[in-house]
Amino acid sequence: MRNTTMWLAPVAAVVLLAACGGGDDADGAAAAPTEDAAAESGDDEPDDETDNAPAASGSLTIWVDENREPAVATAAEAFTDETGVTVELVQKNFEDIRADFLAQVPTGEGPDITVGAHDWLGSLIINGVVDSVDLGATADEFEDVAIEALTYDGQLYGLPYALESVGLVRNVELAPDPTPETFDEMIDEGQAIGTSLPFVINTNGTTGDAYTYYAFQTSFGAPVFVQNPDGSYTNDIGMGGDAGFEFAEWLGENGMSGTGLFSTDWTIDIADQEFADGNAPYTVAGPWAIATFVDAGIEVTVDPIPSAGGETAAPFVGVQGFFVSAQSDNALLAADFLTNYVATPEAMRALHDADPRIPAMSAVAQDVADDPVVAGFLAAAQNGAPMPSIPEMADVWEHWNAAQSAIISGSAEPEAAWEKMLADIEATLGG
Amino acid sequence: MPTDEPLASSPSSAGTPGPARRRPGESHARAWHGTGWGFVVKLVIMAAINAVGLAIVWSAYVEGSWGILAGTLALTVAANWVYFSKRSLPSKYLFPGLAFLLIFQLFTMAYTFNVAMTNYGTGHNSTQEQAVDALLIQNERAVEGAETYPLTVLQRDGEIGFALLADGQVLVGDAETALAAEPQATVDGDSVTAVPGWDVVDRATLLGDQSLQQQVLDLRVPVSDDSDDGSIRTREGTRGTVYQSTLDWDPQADTLTDTETGVVYVARDDGRFVADDGSALPVGWQVYVGFDNFVRGFTDTNYAGPFWRITAWTFAFAILTVATSFLMGLWMAVVFNDARIRGRKVMRMLFILPYAFPAFLSALLWRGMLNANPDYGIINNLFFFGARIEWLSDPWLAKLAIILVNLWLSFPYWFLVCTGALQSLPNDVLEAARIDGASRWRTWTTITPPLLLISTAPLIIAAFAFNFNNFTIIYMLTEGRPRFTDTSAVLGHTDILITMIYQISGVAGGRADYGLASALSIIVFLVVGVISAFAFRRTRKLEEIL
Repeated sequence: MRNTTMWLAPVAAVVLLAACGGGDDADGAAAAPTEDAAAESGDDEPDDETDNAPAASGSLTIWVDENREPAVATAAEAFTDETGVTVELVQKNFEDIRADFLAQVPTGEGPDITVGAHDWLGSLIINGVVDSVDLGATADEFEDVAIEALTYDGQLYGLPYALESVGLVRNVELAPDPTPETFDEMIDEGQAIGTSLPFVINTNGTTGDAYTYYAFQTSFGAPVFVQNPDGSYTNDIGMGGDAGFEFAEWLGENGMSGTGLFSTDWTIDIADQEFADGNAPYTVAGPWAIATFVDAGIEVTVDPIPSAGGETAAPFVGVQGFFVSAQSDNALLAADFLTNYVATPEAMRALHDADPRIPAMSAVAQDVADDPVVAGFLAAAQNGAPMPSIPEMADVWEHWNAAQSAIISGSAEPEAAWEKMLADIEATLGG
Repeated sequence: MPTDEPLASSPSSAGTPGPARRRPGESHARAWHGTGWGFVVKLVIMAAINAVGLAIVWSAYVEGSWGILAGTLALTVAANWVYFSKRSLPSKYLFPGLAFLLIFQLFTMAYTFNVAMTNYGTGHNSTQEQAVDALLIQNERAVEGAETYPLTVLQRDGEIGFALLADGQVLVGDAETALAAEPQATVDGDSVTAVPGWDVVDRATLLGDQSLQQQVLDLRVPVSDDSDDGSIRTREGTRGTVYQSTLDWDPQADTLTDTETGVVYVARDDGRFVADDGSALPVGWQVYVGFDNFVRGFTDTNYAGPFWRITAWTFAFAILTVATSFLMGLWMAVVFNDARIRGRKVMRMLFILPYAFPAFLSALLWRGMLNANPDYGIINNLFFFGARIEWLSDPWLAKLAIILVNLWLSFPYWFLVCTGALQSLPNDVLEAARIDGASRWRTWTTITPPLLLISTAPLIIAAFAFNFNNFTIIYMLTEGRPRFTDTSAVLGHTDILITMIYQISGVAGGRADYGLASALSIIVFLVVGVISAFAFRRTRKLEEIL
């Protein structure tokens, strides 16, 4: 008798919970197994619920960062109004998205769509987490460099919406004339102005910053990877050979044991501060730095980067876009949303307004190019080449940065450091 | 025990459960009858626990995570047994702790070990099934120059088909039958409104039905009877384009065949599809590789050399940091414990300040202050007469800088601890020493430190273990730089084991290798564990003094 009550109790407990638990359980259930992953993203969309309720429309989960959330929300609202599909926006830190996407898509907990950068594409591809996108004829409405950036092995993997690149930022008060065509002429002008520095550029301290210096490197004809005629990258290193060594020599000559034009003492804060204080008329910087300068009361404009080695100075162009998960249960909805609701001038414009970068859609880019700063960055980006999105690129940065930093600081001979960098990259890529 | 109710009314009712009485010695939580509020509370709490447990079990079942399912089931059943059974009084107190130990410690360790046994990392991210999916996606693409046609989804007895509008003509087909003209169909603008023998699926129905969407996405309607012409597929249900796939998946043989070149890629044990000529497809999957990662940690030419140097520096860093900051803290504690010093309280407060800043932030600030250029770096400017000292780019100076900054960060902790310990030393022992004629110096050297060490030694060991894995200071101050110049590995002179693991794991960018990183972290765990165990044994000897 007594034992029966003892065993009845747990059953009673279960019944009690069943009565009050009800529908909430499904949510908890979907979120539970990937405690750390799902909990932080708040992504607990119970995909299986749509099966149970065919009458209700489906739902989409989109990862988006703080800046872009309002703009995506606008497109999502239009989508919901027309189709009845609910769109859940999950706000995440942009820096966390790639790693979380790689980790969560295989578990089935990832989003249907995520905001991302084109240079993630290589790792998204070899980890098999990204679906292709078919823009059809709409693709022609985008800047070529944007489509190129999101294309891998002839296949398009995302919807581009914004471009960014560094450009040459000029202090209009100190240097009213347009920036000269060549680096040497620019330095002459800068020295004639008589500020304490003719030019300043972020070197990221002793870490090195090959990204910011890249336009000068390409002007010597030494791209990081050899490019195909159509702009896509092969996985052959393009920095070797005479062109690469010439660039290394140039870095050394202008480094701290040479003319002292470049310095490893400059971090991004210091470089921006020197420019904002009016201590240098020219700097290489991206759109993200403009606000700092304007806040400091400097009137700036942007020009394409002058050539140091004779060829066109092509900075890296970064492209931001939307990726679809390869494991999405709502791939059709996702494709519909992206191609019919986001790839429109209105949505693209809203994205620009929410997060002012150069729009990837040509018509919208022309629209916003009245602003000389935007026009300048657009011109710089049109000179540029997309940052390689091949997986090999991830293995290059550290070696590349370190070699440049060592050359600039004068702690290593330019040629020796460059040769070691090439050998290190070969070793990493081979292994 | 609450005594608001009589424990038992009479001995005779003890044998059977009375209607409104608890048995003698029975707790409120167990009483089933009467005003056993404890029992009601317990029932509610257990209901919540069971709800969570069942929810996890259900979702684990949906996800196919059998390990989590079994674990949760066992824990939930155990919880019910422990809290409803009569015979498990001690477990009622132990169970929550044990459960958390199991979930947060043992599970994490087991999971890390599990990952260390796999090749999980870039390119080996998921299951074979998902890798095949991804490869098929990557190798199916729109035929170059192919037009896009307005498309309508059709349905017939659970089968689906497509109706295409091409040059004013309606073409209809399904998975088996190639596209053929259907002159009977009616068209309104760009959309097909009726096809004989088929139901037209409107957009609302399509968007509302997830399984139908999946069917539509999976459907390939051949353009003609010749399979080389490709097939129509749609991505979003309103437009169709001719696609062609260059990979063919054979689940029986476990092979992918390139239909253009005829190359056969065979699934291999190392989690990749490899052809006879050694070329591999880009996407791989996770497989178990046994102890390979452990072996690799010591033998990989890229890591083996730096590994020992980094290990040596890790020990040096942990020992030096703890030693310097402890001695500094102790010295300050002794000095400021002397009643003859004025303003002791204010000075003590000031000394504790570094402890109040988040280490994360101070390390970043120090990085800026240590800039070699005296125009930017305040340390060189103020303390070294504007000399240029390469604090962060010289291997030895960078190590010195890390130890000094960490000394600044952590001596206040030891100052606090030692002050407390000094003030709680038994006075009678010291007094006895003085009466016996011991000098001040003699008292200090032979009595104070041994007594002090009893209470501080466990903290010293804990601090050592903490600094052994002190990722923050290294990463914020130097990121492991300056780099080794004699290896290709992306590692540097100030890297400690944990930053090396972080680098290898690829979380920072670069090629991830979670398997290797897990294996190395297990090795580090073993090192720290062995040292701590040994040190705690030694500490116990100290206690025998008293």
